[in-house]
Amino acid sequence: MNILVCVKQVPDTTEIKIDPVTNTLIRAGVPSIVNPFDAYALEIAARIKDKTPETTITVLSMGPPQAVAALKECLAVGADKAYLVSDRAFGGADTLATSYTLTCAIDKLEAEHAPFDLIFCGKQAIDGDTAQVGPEIAEHRDCPQITYAIEAAVENDEILVKRETGEGYEILAAKMPCVITVTKPNFNPRFPTIKSKMAANRAVITTLTVNDISVDDTKIGLKGSPTKVKKSFTPPPKQGGIRIIEETAEDTAKKLFDVLSAANLL
Amino acid sequence: MEALSRDLWVFIETAEDGSARNVGLELLHPGRRLADAQKGALCAVVVGYQTENAVKEAAAYGADKIIVVDGPEYQHYTTDAYADALYALVSKYGPTTMMIGATNVGRDVGPRLSCRLKTGLTADCTAVDYDEETGNIAWTRPTFGGNLLATIMCPEHRPQIGTVRPGVFKKGEKNEANQPEIINEDIHITAERIRTRLVEVIRELDAENVNLESAEVIVAGGRGVGGPEGFAPLKELADLLGGVVGASRAAVDSDWIGHVHQVGQTGKTVGPKLYIACGISGAIQHVAGMSGSDTIVAINKDPDAPIFNLADYAVVGDLKLVIPALIREIKESRK
Repeated sequence: MNILVCVKQVPDTTEIKIDPVTNTLIRAGVPSIVNPFDAYALEIAARIKDKTPETTITVLSMGPPQAVAALKECLAVGADKAYLVSDRAFGGADTLATSYTLTCAIDKLEAEHAPFDLIFCGKQAIDGDTAQVGPEIAEHRDCPQITYAIEAAVENDEILVKRETGEGYEILAAKMPCVITVTKPNFNPRFPTIKSKMAANRAVITTLTVNDISVDDTKIGLKGSPTKVKKSFTPPPKQGGIRIIEETAEDTAKKLFDVLSAANLL
Repeated sequence: MEALSRDLWVFIETAEDGSARNVGLELLHPGRRLADAQKGALCAVVVGYQTENAVKEAAAYGADKIIVVDGPEYQHYTTDAYADALYALVSKYGPTTMMIGATNVGRDVGPRLSCRLKTGLTADCTAVDYDEETGNIAWTRPTFGGNLLATIMCPEHRPQIGTVRPGVFKKGEKNEANQPEIINEDIHITAERIRTRLVEVIRELDAENVNLESAEVIVAGGRGVGGPEGFAPLKELADLLGGVVGASRAAVDSDWIGHVHQVGQTGKTVGPKLYIACGISGAIQHVAGMSGSDTIVAINKDPDAPIFNLADYAVVGDLKLVIPALIREIKESRK
């Protein structure tokens, strides 16, 4: 099996705080992490490799040069090879331009090595939250997609995937190649060992620039992006919540009942 | 592509029984305002199998036109059948704007469709407006786990498409007398074209009861609930209010309750009329999933719990005493 996992380095949004005075995001000092859903995707790929040892897992990221750190983390927990797509020309890309650029990079890797049987992505990145790049890569490549996966296993020549739906779960089968986007499974990613960490630190990660992959210049970066961000702002803090605290729980409950009844909420 | 009409489309997602899911009907409400603003018709696009009821509902909620694609291949959602059908429709009619509910279905087919059309898609919007100055739709959506809002436009490509979060908009007034033009489109997708095969449907035992995204009332529990048995009074309260039970990541990670109940960044994003957070501290990753609720009640022993910054009603107290007492009050009032 030849597996690709697309990963993004993101700020740890759980560490982001709002400046109470200016009501803006405090980004300084926020650590960068591998997008958690991408880490789950890598773990699902690694579990396939556990069962089929002759599998190669390649991780691919697009981002600034420091995203190499995220790729090294992936090398320490199951990935065999890593590539970074990085160039100022790719800056300002929306999901369409990003998925196009990644698709061109994937074409290049396939031409140099072997076609990928499976492409995994996290369902979404926790900074942008769009959930669009995975399905768009599938569309660019004209291959099937299965989104919101929580488990995946190869059986004969098919991939079997358990995915979340609005009502519960379903199991889908698809021929490979297939793009799979992963949501939170019922297990956690494996931990690196000291040995795997040291090996990952020594690994050389190839950077692919705009000159290394064959792209149509009109489809990359800001100018290849149909959507434009007009403004961004922090949501106004909620004003004037009512505090309910009485002597006894009964009185507290009674007061809560009264205010909710008055607001027609019960 | 160029727009061929000024129409605004609302995708009406259907259930397996052919009925309309709520989110499509909700979107007809802002859809009316935006279609009028862009001087086009409001068109509902119904895709499914045996969709008579969904068509009736879309008519009653104010569509000027309804395009219907009906066939057995659409009964159970597949990416390929839906993307092909919607692509064929958009190519033929060229709407200016398209709104899709941001459900697992909408967020699966939306990017597939927009990418095939080489147009822009804005995901998971919580506000949608018409920008008078440019004539574009201004799509507003949360990012950074809800810490930041961004307003996005798609100025040079049509159709401009957005997925919109369920529960953000309420359904409009029902008018059974409305008689829209009905256009039946005979589009069929061959079995070979559908590249995924359904092996098994697993309906969670109580999955119908934990449809968090469309729930109007959610009673959610966190670490403060204390254990799996602590969810019993929450369930009783939720049942009394016609709601469902949600949970924080802390409660789910402790195996007190299933992941289908989880609200937050690695769970569901919800927008009920009433959200009662019990023993939930208010970590950003939880808040990201529920800050869009209309009214938030938080019950917590800790008077400094961050959840209180967000709450309309901040109840300082022991939920193990307050909730049973609240249940008694509600039962008493209904006698």
